[in-house]
Amino acid sequence: MMKNQQVTNPTNTALQEKDYTILNLGPTHPATHGIFQNVMKMDGELIVSAEPTIGYIHRAFEKLAERRPFYQITTITDRMNYCSSPINNMGWHMTVEKLAGIEIPKRVQYLRVIIMELARISDHIICNSVIGVDSGAMTGFLYIFQWREFIYEIYEELCGARLTTNIGRIGGLERDFNEKAWEKIHYFLKEFPAGLKEFENLLVRNRIFMDRTIKCGPISAERAMAYSFSGPNLRAAGVDYDVRVMNPYSSYEEFNFTIPIGTNGDTYDRFMVRQREMWESLSIIQQAIDKVNALEDKTSFHGNVPEFFLPPKEEVYNSMEALIWHFKIVMGETTIPKGEVYHCVEGGNGELGFYLVSDGGRTPYRLHFRRPCYIYYQAYPEMVKGSMLSDAILTMSSMNVIAGELDS
Amino acid sequence: MPTLNIELLESKLKENFNENILSSDKDADMFTIVVTKESYHDVVRFLKEDAYFNFHYLTTLCGLHYPDSPFPFGLMVQLHNMPENSRIRIKTFTGDNEPTFKTLTDLWPAANWMERETYDFFGFKFTGHPDLRRILNMDSLEGWPMRKEYPLEDPFRKDKDDKMFGR
Repeated sequence: MMKNQQVTNPTNTALQEKDYTILNLGPTHPATHGIFQNVMKMDGELIVSAEPTIGYIHRAFEKLAERRPFYQITTITDRMNYCSSPINNMGWHMTVEKLAGIEIPKRVQYLRVIIMELARISDHIICNSVIGVDSGAMTGFLYIFQWREFIYEIYEELCGARLTTNIGRIGGLERDFNEKAWEKIHYFLKEFPAGLKEFENLLVRNRIFMDRTIKCGPISAERAMAYSFSGPNLRAAGVDYDVRVMNPYSSYEEFNFTIPIGTNGDTYDRFMVRQREMWESLSIIQQAIDKVNALEDKTSFHGNVPEFFLPPKEEVYNSMEALIWHFKIVMGETTIPKGEVYHCVEGGNGELGFYLVSDGGRTPYRLHFRRPCYIYYQAYPEMVKGSMLSDAILTMSSMNVIAGELDS
Repeated sequence: MPTLNIELLESKLKENFNENILSSDKDADMFTIVVTKESYHDVVRFLKEDAYFNFHYLTTLCGLHYPDSPFPFGLMVQLHNMPENSRIRIKTFTGDNEPTFKTLTDLWPAANWMERETYDFFGFKFTGHPDLRRILNMDSLEGWPMRKEYPLEDPFRKDKDDKMFGR
């Protein structure tokens, strides 16, 4: 009797008393590949609403950057999208070069293109193979990861590091590619297509994989633009925006490549766009090698920028001028023009931008990172609403949300 | 390369918003305008909705702090017109100690987290924002970390002397 009095509109009791389950997906969950928390309101197996909480690994990069000389900020950018650190490093070097008006020799630009495209391939390998893992296909992941490992070995030859590469310097690269590096790059170009083809054979026309990913977590081109998507996720929705073509940097305008686009913006399209991009990247690397070989200049690996590029160690030990330059660069005493500049590169998952305000001091006055993950991850609740929990996992891995970049 | 007629854009903005456009700079890396705080939302709406200028894509948004200026707090917004491949930067400054701007979430849902981040780090309020909470920092944090007076490290540390390295 008492219970009946409390209900004001008895016809709606079913709706009011419907039991929703609150499910905490994350912060640490094996299926989220990083520290993401989503508080999900579930109606059985269906997601009614999702509320992401981010910032678990926030490291105050923008504040740190205000206290560091320009060349020390490269190590900060490593730790944003750590699946493709070299692209972040190059983006930062090019931002400073744009502000200071530094000319980079053609050879260095092509070498940078080789490094950036290798990084793009390794980024896409991780994302696509993890889509496979999350849909239950472990095999492709295990096989293709040896190539990601191989790319890291190439990084090792180029800069000595694997994950947080700190590759290149403002004004060029810290050292030329050695024999071993060239050997490995050629081996990669020769052998990787077979490995990639094998991976595609496992998944692309796989009935189970297609059933699982088609129409999973879709977003329309219009909504994707409203949410400022960029990179493969935007292209999967059908918008052919690529920074490499729209605002070419590092001589990308001289290369021949197509921009793959999807139609539905679902998980399968995102997978396929990345897959196609890997083939395009391979062709870009081949073109870059041909361009490097065609150049008369066989040795230069940095521009003529004594204000930013550390002199060789033998000179530092033996000549006064070189020692002074070395000291000035390390202490950040070199002159940098006042002004502000925005530079963007096509990162592994979208338009990675650097907004740099300089007051002529030894550190940036203000540095803002446009992190593609951070911007598009906010569409996640809209994309998973009404779908199954297991589709939400797939949607997240296919969006390639990298915790380091998300939380800066 | 940008193909949009910047001169026409500049004169159109002057015509529509006359004294609210405080300055414009065509020589910067992208066309930059500084507008008054009151007209900021209207200018952005005009740039987005005008059929010719069509700055339909919100690239980024961030806060600025110049403590020595009479208008210390600023907001920087970058828009992109993809078909014409033109970008524009809009800045607005205010002298208030508790700056309040109109939200852009009614124009782009993407502005939601960008403005939350700006609130989190600079303490700017955005009127009309649906969910203005801290996003990257913990909720119990006091102060606004990206303001210049906020110390990077614990100011009471005695074991470290970094006069040489400080700004």
